[in-house]
Amino acid sequence: MANRVIQFREALREAMSEEMRRDERVYLMGEEVAEYNGAYKVSQGMLDEFGPKRVIDTPISELGFTAVAVGSAQNGLRPIVEYMTWNFAVLPLDQILNTASKMLAMSGGQVGCPIVFRGPNGSAGQLGAQHSTAFESLYANIPGLKVISVSNPYDAKGLLKSAIRDDDPVIFMESEVMYGDKGEVPEEEYLIPIGKADIKRAGSDVTIVSFNKMMKVALGAAEELAKENINAEVIDLRTIRPLDWHTVLESVKKTNRLVIVEEQWPFASVSSELAYTIQKEGFDYLDAPVRRITSADAPMHYAPNLVAAYLPDVPRTVKLVKEVMYLKK
Amino acid sequence: MSTTTKESVKFTKETYLYWYELMLLLRKFEEKAGQLYGMQKIRGFCHLYIGQEALAAGCMTATKPDDTFITAYRDHGLAIAKGITPKACMAELYGKATGCSKGKGGSMHFFGVKERFFGGHGIVGAQIGTGAGLAFAEQYKGTDSVSLTFFGDGAARQGMLHETFNLAMLWKLPVIFICENNNYAMGTSVQRTSNVIDIYKLADAYEMPGDSVDGMSPEAVHEAVARAVKRAREGGGPTLLEIKTYRYKGHSMSDPQKYRTKEEVEEYKQRDPIEYTREKLVNDFKVPESEIEVINDRVKAEVDESVKFAEESPWPSDDELLKDVYIQQDYPFIVD
Ligand SMILES: Cc1ncc(C[n+]2csc(CCOP(=O)(O)OP(=O)(O)O)c2C)c(N)n1
Ligand SMILES: [Mg+2]
Repeated sequence: MANRVIQFREALREAMSEEMRRDERVYLMGEEVAEYNGAYKVSQGMLDEFGPKRVIDTPISELGFTAVAVGSAQNGLRPIVEYMTWNFAVLPLDQILNTASKMLAMSGGQVGCPIVFRGPNGSAGQLGAQHSTAFESLYANIPGLKVISVSNPYDAKGLLKSAIRDDDPVIFMESEVMYGDKGEVPEEEYLIPIGKADIKRAGSDVTIVSFNKMMKVALGAAEELAKENINAEVIDLRTIRPLDWHTVLESVKKTNRLVIVEEQWPFASVSSELAYTIQKEGFDYLDAPVRRITSADAPMHYAPNLVAAYLPDVPRTVKLVKEVMYLKK
Repeated sequence: MSTTTKESVKFTKETYLYWYELMLLLRKFEEKAGQLYGMQKIRGFCHLYIGQEALAAGCMTATKPDDTFITAYRDHGLAIAKGITPKACMAELYGKATGCSKGKGGSMHFFGVKERFFGGHGIVGAQIGTGAGLAFAEQYKGTDSVSLTFFGDGAARQGMLHETFNLAMLWKLPVIFICENNNYAMGTSVQRTSNVIDIYKLADAYEMPGDSVDGMSPEAVHEAVARAVKRAREGGGPTLLEIKTYRYKGHSMSDPQKYRTKEEVEEYKQRDPIEYTREKLVNDFKVPESEIEVINDRVKAEVDESVKFAEESPWPSDDELLKDVYIQQDYPFIVD
C-alpha cells in the first residue's frame, strides 16, 4: 500500500493523539493548544477528541505551568508540554534544568520525570533577535535530558511517539517553517528509537551531518555537489543527546571527510562535540580537518540581508565541502 | 475605579489638538504598515496598535520628555508618541539601515534612547521587571523621572509581575505599571486566564495603589497617569493602572480572530477615541472642519514621507552582522 503524504504538523498531532488514546496518563498542556487549536495548528482538533481535562490551555505563565507539569510527571502522569517556541522556554529553564533533569539523581533513583517538552525551535524568517535562537546544544549540555530535533514528518511522528513513551525527560524540537512540509507517513503504527542517526543520502566522497531544518541545506548542497560528480553522504542526527557518533564515524571511515551544518551558535555547539569525538575515535580516517557551518556568533538581526548572512546556506556548504576535498574554486 | 469622569476636568483646545493629531498619526501609520505587510515590504511578526491610541495620547500629556517608556512588541504607537520619527519607525519596519534600530530590531524592537524609549521587547512580561530597573536607576541617580512600564493583559499572568511588584513596593521605585488590557492575549480572553479578572486588583497583594481606567478616553488616561506620576515623583512609589482598551485588528498579521465576534469589535469602534476627539474639537471648541482637514493632510503627508524614506533608504551593510554585539570593538568572534 502506498504511503500517505501528510504535513509535519499532522504527523506530530497523530503521534500525540495515538499516545493519548493508548495511555490515559498522557496529556497536552500549553498556550493556545486547546481552543485556538494551537498557535501553529499542531494540536488542531485535539480538544474536541480528548476534552479540556487532557488538552489544557494555559495563561502565559511558562515557569508556572512547566512546574505543574513537572510535578505531575513526578507523581504518575506523563505530560506533553508545548511551548509556542523554545525562545519562551527560557523562563522555565529552571524547572527543566534544575528539577526535571536532576530529580532522579537527587532522589537516588526514586523520582523520575517522564515528560516531553516540545515546540518549534530556531529561526523562522525575519523575527529578530529574541525569537530566533536555536537551543539544541544548550539543552544537549544537560545530563538527565534527552534531546531530539527532527527534520521531516516521518521522523517526527516516530520519534515523538518514542519520546512520549520514554521514562526520562525529553526535549523535542521542531520548526515553524517546517510545519507545512509534507512527507510520507505510513498508516500503520511505528516507532523510531531515540539515539539513532539516519543516513538520508548515501555517498562516498564526503560526509555532511545536520539536523532539523538545516537538513534542507545539507541535502541541497549534496544535490549541487552531485552535479559536479561529488557524492556526499548526508546524515540526519535526529537525536542530539545521546549523540549517535557511531553512525557518523562509520560514514567517515568511508569518506574520510566531515562537514557539519547546524543552526547553533558556534561556541560549544553540536558540531564542537561531534568534531571532538570524531577526531578522537576516527583520527586515522580523516583526510582533512572536520569543518562546520553554524549560525553567526551573534544575535540574529531583522534585516533580510543580515538574516541571510547569519544562517548557513547551500553555497557556503558547497564551498566548504570543496575545501575539505582540496578542490579548487 | 477612577472617581473622576471625563467631564470633571477641563483640558484645553491645544491638548485636544495634540491628542487628535498624535492619535491620527498612530492610526494612519499603522494602517499603512498593515498594507505594506500585505505587500511583503514588512516581514516577520507585526503587531498593530490600532484602537489603543488614546493610551499613548494620555500618557504623553501626563509625563515629561525625560520620563522613560518601555513596552512589549506592540510598540509602534508608543515609540512614535515618544518622539521617534515615523520615518525612522517605517525604515525599521522595512529593515533599513536608517531605522530606529538600524534595521536590526524590526517591528518588535523599536528603540530610541535619545527619546527615552527603551524598547520593544519580545518575551512576554520581561519588560515589567526591566521597567522597574529603569526606575531604580532614576531613583539611584536622584532624578525625578519616572518609568512608564507597559505590558499586556496576557503578560499580567507571568510570575515576573509578582516579583517586580514586590520589589518595586519594597524599594518605592518611581515606576508606573501600565497594563494595556485589550482583553486578549492572542486568542485567549482575560476571563480564561485567571480567577482575578480585574487586573488592577493584583496590586492589592503588595499594598500598591491600583486603578482601573477607561483606555478609550485620553482624558481618563491622562488623569490616572498624572496622579500616579505625581506620587512616584514625590517618592511615593509605584502604581498599577489597568487601562481598558481594545485592539481592532488581529493579534498579529496572521490571526483569523475566531475567538471574538464582529459585533464586539464594532462596539468598541463606536467609542473610537480619534472620532471622539475630533467631535470634541468641532463641537465644544468650534474648530472649523477646514482646520481638521489641515491636520489630516499633514498626518497623511507625514506617513507618506515615511514610506518614501524607508523605500529609498539603504539596507544595512553585510558587515553589520557582527556589529552591535559587543561594545568592545575588537571582540574576537568565532568565525569558522
Ligand atoms: C514568554 C512568552 N510566551 C509567549 C509568547 C508568545 N506571545 C507573543 S504575544 C502573546 C500574547 C500576549 O498578549 P498580551 O500580553 O495581552 O499583549 P497584546 O498582544 O494583547 O498587546 C503571546 C502568547 C512570547 N512572545 N513570550
Ligand atoms: Mg492583550
